[in-house]
Amino acid sequence: MLRLLQLELQKLLLNRASKVLIFISFVLPFFVIILSSLRIDFFGFFTLELGHYGLFNFPIVWHITTFFASQFKFFFAIVVVSMIGNEYSNKTIKQNLIDGLSKKEFILSKFYTIVFFSAIATFLIFIICLCIGLYYSSINEVSLIFRETEFLFAYFLKLVGFFSLCLFLGMLVKRSAFALAFLFVLYILEWIIFGLITWQANADIAEKIQNFFPLKSMYKLIDQPFQRIAISKAPNGQEFLYDFAVHWYEIVIVMGWTALFIFLSYRLLKKRDL
Amino acid sequence: MESILTINNLTKKFGYLTAVKDLSFTINKGNVYGILGPNGSGKSTTLGIVLNVVNATQGGFHWFDGNTSTHDALKKVGAIIERPNFYPYMTAEQNLKLVCKIKGVDKSKITEKLEVVGLLDRKDHKFRTYSLGMKQRLAIASALLNEPEILILDEPTNGLDPQGIHQIRAIIKQIASKGTTILLASHLLDEVEKVCSHVVVLRKGEKLYSGRVDEMISSHGFFELKAQKHDELIKVLENDASFGTIKIEDQLITAFLNESMDAPAFNTLMFEKGIVLSHLVKRKESLEEQFLQLTDN
Repeated sequence: MLRLLQLELQKLLLNRASKVLIFISFVLPFFVIILSSLRIDFFGFFTLELGHYGLFNFPIVWHITTFFASQFKFFFAIVVVSMIGNEYSNKTIKQNLIDGLSKKEFILSKFYTIVFFSAIATFLIFIICLCIGLYYSSINEVSLIFRETEFLFAYFLKLVGFFSLCLFLGMLVKRSAFALAFLFVLYILEWIIFGLITWQANADIAEKIQNFFPLKSMYKLIDQPFQRIAISKAPNGQEFLYDFAVHWYEIVIVMGWTALFIFLSYRLLKKRDL
Repeated sequence: MESILTINNLTKKFGYLTAVKDLSFTINKGNVYGILGPNGSGKSTTLGIVLNVVNATQGGFHWFDGNTSTHDALKKVGAIIERPNFYPYMTAEQNLKLVCKIKGVDKSKITEKLEVVGLLDRKDHKFRTYSLGMKQRLAIASALLNEPEILILDEPTNGLDPQGIHQIRAIIKQIASKGTTILLASHLLDEVEKVCSHVVVLRKGEKLYSGRVDEMISSHGFFELKAQKHDELIKVLENDASFGTIKIEDQLITAFLNESMDAPAFNTLMFEKGIVLSHLVKRKESLEEQFLQLTDN
């Protein structure tokens, strides 16, 4: 396993483009989060301090930061898609197999890399959340601080699931740009199907079905932070009954998709003549 | 003899096209094999199948004694297919390190193998800056990293300039002299003739011949003749049972032998008949002529 991970890391880290993208995908979200947590003074007219609205209090900070950080997953998605696209365009996938890498090992080395980067991203988010939370929150009881850290797990799972989808699309179309376009098409397709079901039945059923779709199910893992803020601010917040927790069935759906994408990538490679 | 690769009734179809048809042969240790065939005769497909990148439609193959999985067996094989495929953004050394990791061999061989192909002074240059000849030599270095039991080369001199071709051939001969089994696919006949001891001839995916090169060229040879008394010479040759087919092109007569006869004996015979030859050359059919005969029609 370590050997496969090392292989892929060498391929990625010696490539300038992917090195820069990996760096951006790690640094940018933290930069934005830290910046937003600062007190910004608009020339004396008014002061914007997001922390003031309780955004960075425990436990809501876990929810907010993982939600925003996951918006930056697109940068690493480009890396994932191009690491397949490059193997095909350089024909190095063929050479790797000739040199004695099995097709299973090839897919696994990509998957391990995805898991590895997701784990690092999750760990960094954990650190940053902890710092911001401790700074803004008056809570200093350990059990309260680590309440709702399931959002971290959800964040990790969301990344792994999303990148597995990218891996599959990369294997399917062999070219990075087309794979990214495909991702966009899939997004639109999910909403078209949602629209069609709403039209034929009703929005309630449509939403329930849509929650099983790959992109929507990943989104559902960490959802609706705005409503949550609204609830916490509204005087009679109990009237809005939004469901924002991480549910076990959401986790199962995303894990199912991840397994399916990796398996399909392997099947695709096995059947294909290179 | 210890077998390295056995192919049994291998068939590969691409849609309606049959690229390889019911092919069987065995590669034994220590010989240099050539796979000959015109373009599109299934050479590369066959090699692709045994190298785990193309799936067979029917039939099968096994490496060594048949107890190792294909991808483990490939760690004991060195192979170059068509074009050298490396990561353009890595240097030669980094590329070879990656291959070492895949094959599970120690990195200490890298310097030695780069020396063999004469690329040691360029080891820190990026692969994309290499010329085609250098890329091909790097591919050979990469294939040699694991001290392979068999080296598979698919048209290694394709697209190279004469110097490049010469360098690659010299390297191949050097490797062959060390007793490494080599399987060389090519449509360049003099290449195969110069290097190989055994040959498999393919046409449209079917095996036409498989065996030793010198047995393939098994005829007694032929004479190329010219003489003042042109018509008399033809008459004498036609009446002599030692000669089979006689071909005439302008003044040049080509007479194929049915039994062995050397040039002095023939010259003496002609002298006795009162024919003075102005041109006498004894030759054997080259592999090229044999190959064209085999793959004709």
